[in-house]
Amino acid sequence: MSVLVLVEGFNGEIKKSSLEAASYGSQVANALGTEATAIAIGEVQESALAALGAQGITKVLFDDDARLHNFVAEAYLKVIAQAASQESAKVIIFSNTNIGAALGSRLAVRLNGSLATNVTALPVISGDSFTVRRGVFSGKAFADVNLTGDVKIVAVKKNSIDISSDAGGTASVEKFSVGLSDADFAFAPKETVMQETDGGVLLPEAEIVVSGGRGLKGPENWHLVEDLAKALGAATACSKPVSDQDWRPHHEHVGQTGITISPNLYIAIGISGAIQHLAGVNSSKVIVVINKDPEAPFFKAADYGIVGDAFEIVPKLIEAARAL
Amino acid sequence: MKILVCISNVPDTTSKINFTGDGKSFDKNGVQFVINPWDEYALTRAIELKEAKGGTVTVLNVGEADTEANIRKALAIGADDAIRVNAFPKDAMFVAQQIAAIAKENSYDLILMGKESIDFNGSQVHGMVGELLGIPVIFPAFKLDMIDDTTARLEREIEGGKEVLEVKLPFVASAQQPMSEPRIPNMRGIMTARTKPLKVVEPTGEGAQTEYASFSKPEKKSGVRMIDAENAGELISLLRNEAKVL
Repeated sequence: MSVLVLVEGFNGEIKKSSLEAASYGSQVANALGTEATAIAIGEVQESALAALGAQGITKVLFDDDARLHNFVAEAYLKVIAQAASQESAKVIIFSNTNIGAALGSRLAVRLNGSLATNVTALPVISGDSFTVRRGVFSGKAFADVNLTGDVKIVAVKKNSIDISSDAGGTASVEKFSVGLSDADFAFAPKETVMQETDGGVLLPEAEIVVSGGRGLKGPENWHLVEDLAKALGAATACSKPVSDQDWRPHHEHVGQTGITISPNLYIAIGISGAIQHLAGVNSSKVIVVINKDPEAPFFKAADYGIVGDAFEIVPKLIEAARAL
Repeated sequence: MKILVCISNVPDTTSKINFTGDGKSFDKNGVQFVINPWDEYALTRAIELKEAKGGTVTVLNVGEADTEANIRKALAIGADDAIRVNAFPKDAMFVAQQIAAIAKENSYDLILMGKESIDFNGSQVHGMVGELLGIPVIFPAFKLDMIDDTTARLEREIEGGKEVLEVKLPFVASAQQPMSEPRIPNMRGIMTARTKPLKVVEPTGEGAQTEYASFSKPEKKSGVRMIDAENAGELISLLRNEAKVL
């Protein structure tokens, strides 16, 4: 019996969300009196994998098949299911990324297991019962869920688990291969288009996000958002009306029907805070709202607020941030 | 083309969320239910494909009788017929088993649903349905077009970009914005929806793999600290020294 963690590589490094999953997995392993093994897929350096020891991983199985650099569900599933069987994994940990959720649900059927996604805390384990807390109702509530299946699969919400940095030494790295055939890659993407981040930070992984709404009056004023983001090392985002009017691309839209984020710091400029917008950002740890309307509903959900003209306030923030 | 669209009956986005006194179940009192907004993207895209290429759109809901108002709404928007599996949707695995059973009986070319429901936020059912049927799942798809009668071209969101895929029917796709522009039913749609077939079937399958033990709400924020616009720069030092997020 062991705990298996999926580790995703990207451009040679391990994704931050995977370091969180590894930290989660090794703490579960400790509680169960067993060890945590990682299955690593994607473009990643072996030295980075060995360093997973710091998160408490003892062994890494590494499939370095270059065809796995793009996500192909069927191929990934075969690799993970084989690793789970070799390690007799009773608990499997993913990060709740688009990849983790896609794999978790198929694997739950394949292994006849129980799945919880969007999990925000370590499990409560008592005898045979294994209970996790997950976010429900778009951030407005939590549910405690018992995973009753023999195999328990947990997809951990991003930025909800602290990354351990001294949980162990160096992890051993073993090559792992399941002999994938071309048929396993039948649904490989024809084309992958990455966003131009301009050297900036990707929104779903960002710890700090600067977001703009209609209050900015037009796309020509977005340098305010971008300059503040650059000064803080933040990603940029926007509200739904902004992406609907094509001021900004759809992938920047956070909210009920956009993407959900939970950064450490969310700075909203000229966004009134409609409930649909809050649903996408309400689990951010600290929320700053800048709006000229003192009655804007967003202030009720904020930790810090400034009432006033964004065109006067944001340059002052940029100046102060650059001076840090 | 035979399209199945799975819809979920969820509390309206603006609803106040409350639980029963023991914290064990959701309190439906005074809550208005709507079609899950993500499922609406799937539904309208299905109707658009039908209008362009011909075929049928069937909507499927796993739920008790009180979901029929929203099933009728889906028919009013333009679906041809509907199936309700008469059961409380215990968990994603249970719902996926019901959908897979209906799909096996009727062999649809395309199964669409939203990328998640706004109540349980699981993002699980589409993957489970695909696995139970042994067909591909495209999650989350924000563009779906038919290249010819058997192959679709989809665009899927990945962290930091997008992928373009070509996939042969049948498959499952989970929709997200901007796959389509959801429609409001017109008067003619509402009238015809009353007479469109809505079949009620009983559930099958082994059941759930999870148990919802209790619900709770996040702690309330202690209140907003306002900073004078004249000294806006002070915010940055508060974020560093007090909130410790910089």
